[in-house]
Formats: sequence, structure tokens, C-alpha cells
Amino acid sequence: MTLRTADNGGPQPDLPRRVRVRRGPSDISFRVLTHAGGVAVLALMTLVGLFLGIRGTEAIVVAGPSFLTEQAWEPNSRRFGVAAVLFGTITIALIAIAVALPLALGTATYICEYAPVRLRRLLVGVVDLMAAIPSVVYGLWGMFWLEGQMIPVAQFISTYFGWIPILRVSQFDPNDPLASPTVFTASAFIAGLVVAMMVAPIAASIMREVFAQAPIGEREGALALGSSKWGMIRSVVYPFGLGGIVGGTMLGLGRALGETVAVYLVISPIFAINWQVLATGTNSISALIALRYGEATPFELSGLMAAGLVLFAITMVINFGAGFVMQRSRSGAAS
Amino acid sequence: MSTPAIPRYAVTDVVGRTQLPTPVLGSGDADVPRPNQRIQREDVLRVVGAAAAGLAGAAWLTTQVIPVESPIGFTAVAYLLFVACFALLISFDDDRVTVVDRLVAVVIHSAAIVLLLALGLVVAFALLRGADAFTHLNFWVEDLALAGPLDPLNVGGMAHAAVGTLIMISIALLIAVPLGLLTAICLAEFPSPFTRLVRTVVEAMTALPSIICGLFILATWVLMFGHEKSGFAASMAVTIMILPIIIRSADVVLRLVPATLKEAALATGASQWRTIWHVVLPTSRSGLMTAVVLGTARGIGETSPVLLTAGYTTFFNFDPFSGPMVSLPLATFTLVKSPEAAQISRGFGAAAVLMVLVFVLFLLARLAGGKGPGLLSARGLLRARRRSGREAARFDRRAIARARGAAVQHTQGTP
Repeated sequence: MTLRTADNGGPQPDLPRRVRVRRGPSDISFRVLTHAGGVAVLALMTLVGLFLGIRGTEAIVVAGPSFLTEQAWEPNSRRFGVAAVLFGTITIALIAIAVALPLALGTATYICEYAPVRLRRLLVGVVDLMAAIPSVVYGLWGMFWLEGQMIPVAQFISTYFGWIPILRVSQFDPNDPLASPTVFTASAFIAGLVVAMMVAPIAASIMREVFAQAPIGEREGALALGSSKWGMIRSVVYPFGLGGIVGGTMLGLGRALGETVAVYLVISPIFAINWQVLATGTNSISALIALRYGEATPFELSGLMAAGLVLFAITMVINFGAGFVMQRSRSGAAS
Repeated sequence: MSTPAIPRYAVTDVVGRTQLPTPVLGSGDADVPRPNQRIQREDVLRVVGAAAAGLAGAAWLTTQVIPVESPIGFTAVAYLLFVACFALLISFDDDRVTVVDRLVAVVIHSAAIVLLLALGLVVAFALLRGADAFTHLNFWVEDLALAGPLDPLNVGGMAHAAVGTLIMISIALLIAVPLGLLTAICLAEFPSPFTRLVRTVVEAMTALPSIICGLFILATWVLMFGHEKSGFAASMAVTIMILPIIIRSADVVLRLVPATLKEAALATGASQWRTIWHVVLPTSRSGLMTAVVLGTARGIGETSPVLLTAGYTTFFNFDPFSGPMVSLPLATFTLVKSPEAAQISRGFGAAAVLMVLVFVLFLLARLAGGKGPGLLSARGLLRARRRSGREAARFDRRAIARARGAAVQHTQGTP
């Protein structure tokens, strides 16, 4: 090699040496093996997605634009749409999140900020464990215990807050002493409460993890400036953990949308949009699939897949949104 | 004051200056910093007083004024009264900031208590109702072949469902764990546009509702290819469900391995494969275990993919490739829809067994995954120290042997 610095006078800028990697045969085969795993997973996942998409699109094409507006579900007479089931799915999920969010936020804050240090580890374990409890157990609880407890509550709400349109139950007249409270069974409200219990630990677990990372210097700074404990939490912990709060809530929402068994056990399925969330009768996409797969003709199965596709798309958007929010936030940058 | 130009204390009459507080010596009103952390006697008394007021007020209100019958209604009224009384009691002594602080503390405590109580109730309810069934010995060893819906609980059991659960989850793990770990290594260690695509697809697939996994297998394996509903079909559905979960959490864990460790290994001349095998994987072993075990817990507990693909049976079936098979959550789901009390009890029993299984798995995950990457338990530290002691001794022995050999050679070399 010759030095080329002398050619044009001035010193050449230091160029990095080009690194050439020569890999041994074991390295190459390992690379190939792991990539084969990646390709296999990609193929499998794409296969599931494509199959779902193709079969679902068949049904959507047959149903036409009324797929999103039709409430009935009679695929064999070509009259079907997701309006009612989608509405039910979203109501149940929204009720669930409205109940689960304050509970999860409170629990996460309690564990991170208020709980005695010795209790903290135990509580973390308990909440994580609850996030792993099978959903059928929540369904049992909702079906056999919660429903009976909640009927008087629903009756109370509809009696005194019935002037709010969605809380009214038109079949129940509070002034009629013989009015039957059975109109409050199997409602979206009860299903939402069951799902709330299911998703609250999941959301709480994510929030707790993020709150625990809030920088100690900023906490001490807030306290040193004379802030009360709540002031510190409000001005340091919550702004820092905002990504975790949003992300945890959205992940919980995703789980709530896709929940099958707990909802199936509690609701009584109807195929109509029911704005009265306290009254009997609601439906959800996954409950629809669990209800109708058994006697489905091939075309009806396509219809179920189309409904599943809608659910998948919504959940995916929510999950990606959650991931995006968590990544953009301060607390999420590290994880 | 003879020198008004330099006021020392009382400056209240000067306009446009910082107003310093006038210290009043001798009185007890000096600004004492508000104690922030400790629980004080006044607080405890306030809570007790407010609780008593709340309970009494609620007892009066719910019996005399508003007719609320359920215990939940009573609790709600009592709680609202308690919070109001508590706020009132604090506001007698403290400023607004303190009132808000204490109130929020109360609300946060109660949110945590409500959630934990409700969750405890969920678990206790399933265990209590299941106790009728699982306290019979036959529940653990028999199947439901001879037990009709009207038979008492001392006939028949759930062993066939437990066996089915174990077979299904074993097959699912046999496929999902190697595939998932390979993919996670690929994602974490060989970053490229391809792996970014795989990661995006995997993340999208974590959103796949579990029942759709079942629907996919039902539409392809069962209806399109004409296989019967079987344990294997259910295992495949469960595999599709847990694969993205395992990949995602394993990927996160693998990316947490400190780069310095990897660089150190590469700098000693180890190949990439040796680095991953001897450094990356052992370092993240606990996290990977956690990923796998949590995926397993999800897979065991999920009903909907099994519901669509496994069929339902009351018999023992040890062959996953032929005939319907049942799992614990599916058995629970099917049995509790029956109107017979005995069947419902059996369903609760199956749910209780399932929950115990999940608890055990979770405990295993905690034991295996308690430490972050690179952190060792006390025993692990001791083991590592002993090993490096052994290595040091080996180096010493070799050095001595080499020195001795050199000396021998030296003495032989110069006759």
C-alpha cells in the first residue's frame, strides 16, 4: 500500500477502514436458521391475515355497502351486516373502559405512591396475576354473582337518571309497583362491568410499570418546592406516565373488544341496535362468532370472517395507536 | 425606628418591595412545615370520625329517606357521605391544598381497595362454588363418561379435561416456543428491513382476537382440508394465538441485554452464534422464561379458539389427532350453560382447577423471572463466584505446569 497523502499536498481526512465481515459456517447457518423462523412466522401470520381478508371480502362484496348499516344477521338470505353487533361490541368496550380506567389508574397510583414498601411487591404480583386469570372465570362471576347484585343498581340508575337518554329503560316504569326488574338482566352494562374487571388489571399493570419509572429527581424537586403528595403526582408522575396511561387504556380497550366468553356468558344476544345500555339484550362480534359458527354454511362462515375482519381491523388500529402513543411519550422512549 | 432607610423587620408600610413576614416572637403560630409523609393522629381520628358519620348517615338515609335495598347501594351512599364528612373535617384545620391532597389520597386508596376486593371476589367465588365438586376425590381421577347431568357429584370428574388441556398446551408450546424464540432472536439480533416487517406483522397479530384464531383453523384445517375437530386442531389455534405474544415479549427481553456484554464477547473473538448462545440467551434466560410462561398462561385459559376447533367430549381422549378433545376452560364453559346444579358445580370445579394451574404457572414465572438481565440471585452469584474461582485455579495450575515444563525443558535443553 502506498500513502496518498503526499499527492495533493493537504492532509486527507481520516476515512474509516471498510469493515469486511467474514462469517464462519456456524454463523451463517445460525443466521439462516433464525431467519427461517422469521420467514415461517411471517408466512403464517400473513396466511391468517390474507385468508381472513379474502374470505371476509367475499361476504362483504355480496352484502355491499349495507354491510356496515344492516342490523340483521341472516347471511343465507343475503341480508346481513355488522351494525348491531359492532354497536354492541363498542358499547360494551366503552362501558368497560369507563369503569376500568379510574380503577386501574387509582390502583396503579396506589401501588407506586401510597402502598407501604413491603406491601408493594406483593401487590404488583397480585395485579399481574389477575391479568393472567382466564376470562371464563370472570364470565362465571358475572353470570352467577354480579348479575344478581347489579339488577337493583341498574334499577336505581334508570329510576333516578332515566332522563339521560342512554340510561332510560323504556320497558320499566318506576311508578308501576308491579314492574319487573328482569328487564335489567343480561344488559350491555353488566357485560361491560365484567369485562372491566377483566381489563382493569391489564391496564393497571402497564400503568404501574410506567409510573415506577418517573424520575426520582423530579419527584424530590416537586416535594422540595413545597408540593403536597398529590401535587407531586399530578405535576410529575402523571405527565411522565401519560404514555403509559393512554397505552394501557388502549391495550385494555383492545382486549375488551375481542373478549368472547365472558361476554357470551352474560349477554342475551339480539340483532338490533339497543341504545338503552341498562336494558336486556346486546351483542358483540366475538359472541356472534361463538354463537353462529356451529351450524354455519360456507357462505355464513365467510360472513362471520367478515365480521371478524372488522373486529381485527379496529383492534389493530387501537393497538398500533397505543404503541405509537407509548413510543412518542417520554416514559416509552426507554422501553 | 430611627433609621428608616434600612428597615429590618416591619416593612409593611413600604410600597413596591418584597413583603417579608413579620416574625412574632413568643407565639406558637410560627410557620411549621407541613409533615408530608407520616400518618398523623389527627388524620386517623378524622378518618375514623368520617367513617362513623358516613355509616350512620347512610344507615339513616337508606332506611328512612331513599329506598335503596342492595348492599352495593348502601356502600355507595356510605362512601359518598364518608368522603364529604372527611373533606369537611380537614377543612376545619387545613388549607385547600391539603384538603385536595387528603381527598385524593382517600379516593386512590378506595380505587385500589375496590379493584383488589373485586378481583379477590372473582377468585374466591370460583373457588368456593367449585369446592362442592373438587373436594370429591373422584373429581380428580375420573371423566364424565358415566356421569349424566342428574348424577350427584360423587360420580364422574374432570380429569379428561385436565388431560386435554395439558396435551393441547404441550403441542402448542412444542411449536410456538422454538419458532417464537428463533423469530425473537432474529428480530433482536439481526436488524434489517426484513425483520422490521416481521416485527410490524407480529405486532399487528397480537391484536388478533382469540376467537378468530379458532375461526381460521375451523375454516381451513377442519372444513377446507376435511380433518375432524381434534386436540391437534385446537393446539394449532392456540399456537397462532400465543405465538405473537411470546415473540413480542421475548423480543423486548432480548433487546434489553446490555450491548457491552455482547461487545465483550465479540471482542474475545467469539463468533456471533457463540455470543448469542453463551451470552445473550443465558443473560436473558429469566425474561425468556417469563415470556414463555405468560404465553402459556394465556394459552391455557383461553376458551374461544378451543371452542371452535376441539369439539366436546365427556371421555378420556389421549390421541390429539383423532376424535374430539376437551380442555378445562371449554368444559367450564359448556357445563355452566346446563341448568342442572351438579353440572354447574362441575363447571366451577373445572374453573377452580384451571385457576390453580394458572397460579402455579405464574408462580413459576415469578421464580424464574424475578431478576432483570445480568442480575443474579444470591445463589447464582455464589455459583458464578465459585466457577470463576475454579477457572482461576485452573489458570494457575496451567501456568505452574507450563513453568515447570519450561524449567524441565530448560534443564534438559542444557546438558
